[in-house]
Amino acid sequence: MLEIRNLHVQIEDKKILNGLTLTVNDGEVAAIMGPNGSGKSTLSYVIAGKEDYEVLDGEVLLDGRNLLEMDPNERAAAGVFLAFQYPLEIPGVATMSFLKAALNSQRKARGEDELSTPELMKRVRGAAERLQIPQDMLKRALNVGFSGGEKKRMEILQMALLEPKFCILDETDSGLDIDALKIVSDGVNALRGDKRSFLVITHYQRLLNYIVPDTVHVMANGRVVKSGGKELALELEANGYADYRTQAA
Amino acid sequence: MPAVQETVEQVRAIDVDQYKYGFVTDIEVDKAPKGLNEDIVRFISAKKGDPEWMTEWRLEAYRRWLTMREPTWARVSYPPIDFQDQYYYAAPKKQAGPKSLDEIDPAILETYKKLGIPLREQEILAGVQTSRVAVDAVFDSVSVVTTFKEELKKAGVIFCSISEAIREHPELVRKYLGSVVPVTDNFYATLNSAVFTDGSFVYVPEGVRCPMELSTYFRINEKNTGQFERTLIIADKGSYVSYLEGCTAPQRDENQLHAAVVELIALDDAEIKYSTVQNWYPGDAEGRGGVYNFVTKRGDCRGRNSKISWTQVETGSAITWKYPSCILRGDNSRGEFYSIAVSNGYQQVDSGTKMIHLGRNTTSRIISKGISAGRSQNTYRGLVSAHRKAANARNFTNCDSLLIGDQCGAHTVPYIEAKTASAVFEHEATTSKISEDQLFYCMQRGLSAEEATALIVNGFVKDVLQQLPMEFAVEAQKLISISLEGSVG
Ligand SMILES: Nc1ncnc2c1ncn2[C@@H]1O[C@H](COP(=O)(O)OP(=O)(O)OP(=O)(O)O)[C@@H](O)[C@H]1O
Ligand SMILES: [Mg+2]
Repeated sequence: MLEIRNLHVQIEDKKILNGLTLTVNDGEVAAIMGPNGSGKSTLSYVIAGKEDYEVLDGEVLLDGRNLLEMDPNERAAAGVFLAFQYPLEIPGVATMSFLKAALNSQRKARGEDELSTPELMKRVRGAAERLQIPQDMLKRALNVGFSGGEKKRMEILQMALLEPKFCILDETDSGLDIDALKIVSDGVNALRGDKRSFLVITHYQRLLNYIVPDTVHVMANGRVVKSGGKELALELEANGYADYRTQAA
Repeated sequence: MPAVQETVEQVRAIDVDQYKYGFVTDIEVDKAPKGLNEDIVRFISAKKGDPEWMTEWRLEAYRRWLTMREPTWARVSYPPIDFQDQYYYAAPKKQAGPKSLDEIDPAILETYKKLGIPLREQEILAGVQTSRVAVDAVFDSVSVVTTFKEELKKAGVIFCSISEAIREHPELVRKYLGSVVPVTDNFYATLNSAVFTDGSFVYVPEGVRCPMELSTYFRINEKNTGQFERTLIIADKGSYVSYLEGCTAPQRDENQLHAAVVELIALDDAEIKYSTVQNWYPGDAEGRGGVYNFVTKRGDCRGRNSKISWTQVETGSAITWKYPSCILRGDNSRGEFYSIAVSNGYQQVDSGTKMIHLGRNTTSRIISKGISAGRSQNTYRGLVSAHRKAANARNFTNCDSLLIGDQCGAHTVPYIEAKTASAVFEHEATTSKISEDQLFYCMQRGLSAEEATALIVNGFVKDVLQQLPMEFAVEAQKLISISLEGSVG
């Protein structure tokens, strides 16, 4: 369970999150929608532990553990995964090598044995197949020269491999063609389970037809201004954010 | 603290403790008196059992050296070196040229064992290493052992110390020594010609593909002792040889001078691949001590279709001044230079290459990757030139610098001279910093800041690492991580 209470965050003297409170239960898929610049990516970075963000007040707990005191890699090992809105390129590092390094670092941090290379390759290849990622892409440097949609798919492959407890998808649907949207959604749905929860950030109701959320939250000016069921997304699609903008201001 | 900042702090915290080759071996030594004069040159020559012609060669070099000045054009700075305050000869006392391993001081064998260099052939054969490497081990001023000599001999390959070659193969040595790096070439090369004490000699006869990797490990042990080694490699027509040199030294507060000369000669259709993993002691966190590495390395593609390839991984030394070069004399010959130069702490690197196109249809390729951290300065200096007759000369240069932190410097100084209109020289250069976003991305996937930095750096140098013989690529990769991070690897 992820609990965020009264979170206030600023960057370079600019206040971005203003007392955000949100709970995502085990097994829950929570969607976050909200206007550009409302602080959605900021929230995902703060949960994942990006530097530069100054937490002024509030707490973020994963199963009762205070995430704010942990380094990003410790949070990853504890089960936090962020599928980036803009995945980064790592020149010269083959995707397979990167995945191996990542998984084994996490396992080591949790006191588990390293995975053997054949076992790792088997898992990666399996996940790649399900996401229809060509096998030879695994030999290429991570994200270098990948198309926007390929990068997004690769994020989901990493998520599948790392088996995190709490997954944040930051606009994973943007840049995906219709077929890819379906493939990625299937990939995400396959990972849904009692113990795993998701925070799905999106601008489009369409994604939520594939990944059906349990809850929908509207974010404006750095806080959650309305929460509801999946019908809330349809309402937003029809009416836009006009109401919430004024409400939050 | 931002992740990059943290990395910078970690890098800054690294000091001598990270240099795991910094131990001193306690053995009895035979030393020349301090200082340099004609008598010392004669003393060294006598110790080496030089023939008369060699003694004269040295003395001429010495006299020439007296008229020369130290070069000052490199982007490095250091207090003046007192050449009279050095020892020019130090040898382990026990033997005057060991016949077998049993005659070698066990302390020295132990040293090489600690360095991870197997000298006993049966150990190598019995070991996990699948590929065999013939080793020449040079301890201060003398070669202590050369392995696999018999097996090489069967193939007709001569692999021995240069002192032995001077005695046993004078016709080859006289023909080629100083033919690529003339005695008068430069201040340090001339000094080396006068006082060189040991080094390796390789001759691969016509049509022979050398059956194993050859390698030399240099170790400076004695205090205030310069190491002046001399390496000469000749690949006769249609032959092939791959050679690797490795270097380490104890950590000492005083600077140690290392002024080597390496000459390579490739005749028609021959190929020489020369790799270096240089890990001399770099000095401590305040920049005290460390090796001054002033080296002249040059290869001569003398024959048609010949090829010389330099690959270097430079992580050590307080100061590196080194430009492994190729003279592309034979038509259709090819020169390559692949380099990784890592600098940290107060290290200063001024390194690069020269590709001198003389023959027709000659090609060259330069890939240089500089990584600067701490307060180090890292300069790539490269010359590509085409002679009037070098029709269709081609060069491709790619020169990338990676900065870690904001107190280090990276500089690129390319010189290009084409005297023929048909020459095509391409030059690409980039300078980048490890971005905080990249680090965060890697850490989000579970890597620690150190692991993330090492991963990104290894990605950056991959093109060059691929050029190293397999067994050394792994070693080099570890070395790079260690020099940057201390605890990674
Ligand atoms: N480094 C920074 N310095 C100053 N302002 C920043 C910085 N990073 C983000 N911001 C600002 O914080 C606000 C929230 O940005 P954020 O990226 O979280 O929005 P978002 O809700 O994800 O928007 P979008 O829907 O466009 O992705 C924006 O106004 C943005 O300009
Ligand atoms: Mg965003």
